[in-house]
Amino acid sequence: MYSFEIESPTSVADAVAALGQEEAQALGGGQTLIPSLKARLASPAVLVSLKNIDEIKGVSSDGGTVTIGGGTTHATVAEEVADSYPALSALAGNIGDPAVRNRGTIGGSLANNDPSACYPAAALASGATIVTNTREIAADDYFQGMFTTALEEGEIITSVRLPVPEKAAYVKFEQPASRFALVGVFVAKFADGVRVAVTGASEEGVFRWTEAEEALSGNFSADALSGLSVPADGMIGDLHGSGEYRAHLVAVLTKRAVAAAG
Amino acid sequence: MTKVTMTVNGKAVSKEVSGNTLMTEFLRDELRLTGTHVGCDTSQCGACVIHVDGKSVKACTMFAAEAQGAAVTTIEGMANADGSLSVIQQAFQDHHGLQCGFCTPGMVMTAATLLKENPTPSEHEIRDYLEGNICRCTGYHNIVKAIMAASGQDVSGIAAE
Repeated sequence: MYSFEIESPTSVADAVAALGQEEAQALGGGQTLIPSLKARLASPAVLVSLKNIDEIKGVSSDGGTVTIGGGTTHATVAEEVADSYPALSALAGNIGDPAVRNRGTIGGSLANNDPSACYPAAALASGATIVTNTREIAADDYFQGMFTTALEEGEIITSVRLPVPEKAAYVKFEQPASRFALVGVFVAKFADGVRVAVTGASEEGVFRWTEAEEALSGNFSADALSGLSVPADGMIGDLHGSGEYRAHLVAVLTKRAVAAAG
Repeated sequence: MTKVTMTVNGKAVSKEVSGNTLMTEFLRDELRLTGTHVGCDTSQCGACVIHVDGKSVKACTMFAAEAQGAAVTTIEGMANADGSLSVIQQAFQDHHGLQCGFCTPGMVMTAATLLKENPTPSEHEIRDYLEGNICRCTGYHNIVKAIMAASGQDVSGIAAE
């Protein structure tokens, strides 16, 4: 690793000030950033750890919405939303492994927007609102492609508000070595329609499969998806699977997610 | 350089560290607690698992500066006060839960948090919880068996040694 200093502010205001320094970068749980630093893919002069900021941690549930602090670990999310949003709890409880879940945070995952991460699918399918130190961003506007989001330099995700669907499920096909989603599909049924978000598949990062959403909004059953498919064009093709394979998985996993949602 | 103060295996320690000092480097090189192993150094293998404020974490993917004020436990802190092996450690010995022993510190640390969260796990739950701990010798059977035995459950139904 290149050398850098670490600062550990205890308030969002202090963190924002610290991130105003030259070559400063936020450090969430570090489960992606630290390996990136080891590989010398990033060379910040200052890392601003968000770990000691209590105001961005914790989970609350109110009137059909769960609000999760950006600094909340996957393990805490899995535990805290088990009753209020079981599909999200299951997703969080199946990221990486137990030790990774004790460090990694939802804000870090959403800020990084890895094309194979799980949380972006939950946020997009739930129609979440990403709350930062300066504004609120609808999930539909937030995800802008692989590793790209609407966040500005130095902007911090303070919380995420997720409307709780009537029915929901997330099904991922794990890449067996990394445990990342080779493809993951989150299906969320609300009173006014169904949202389907796909992670791991597209070169553009997480996306909504609108054709499936329309079919499911009229008939929420796996049968409603018969004959539907996504084009292999623009799907990620790598040593783990071709674009055609991923496109096929999208359709299969969406059916499974609908079946699992019940 | 930043000064960090933490408790490691019950003892207060205070050292100057660089921002990029990993917890593994701090424990092994500064404190000479070499029981925490570095296998992959990419948070895949779990040989470096330690407890920070009671939770299992991979020490290779955490900076020492992030442990400021924390209570840290390493494999060196797992034995009983009189120096005898803890229940989990003894079970690993009794059931041949190790061959080369490289992964064992991480296995024991992970097993300890599993049994704290779930005192009588099923075989499936044990295998699931060990997802982030890789062993290249044993084929896992005896590790699972050891953890099952440490939880006080009958292990006669578990696959052969």
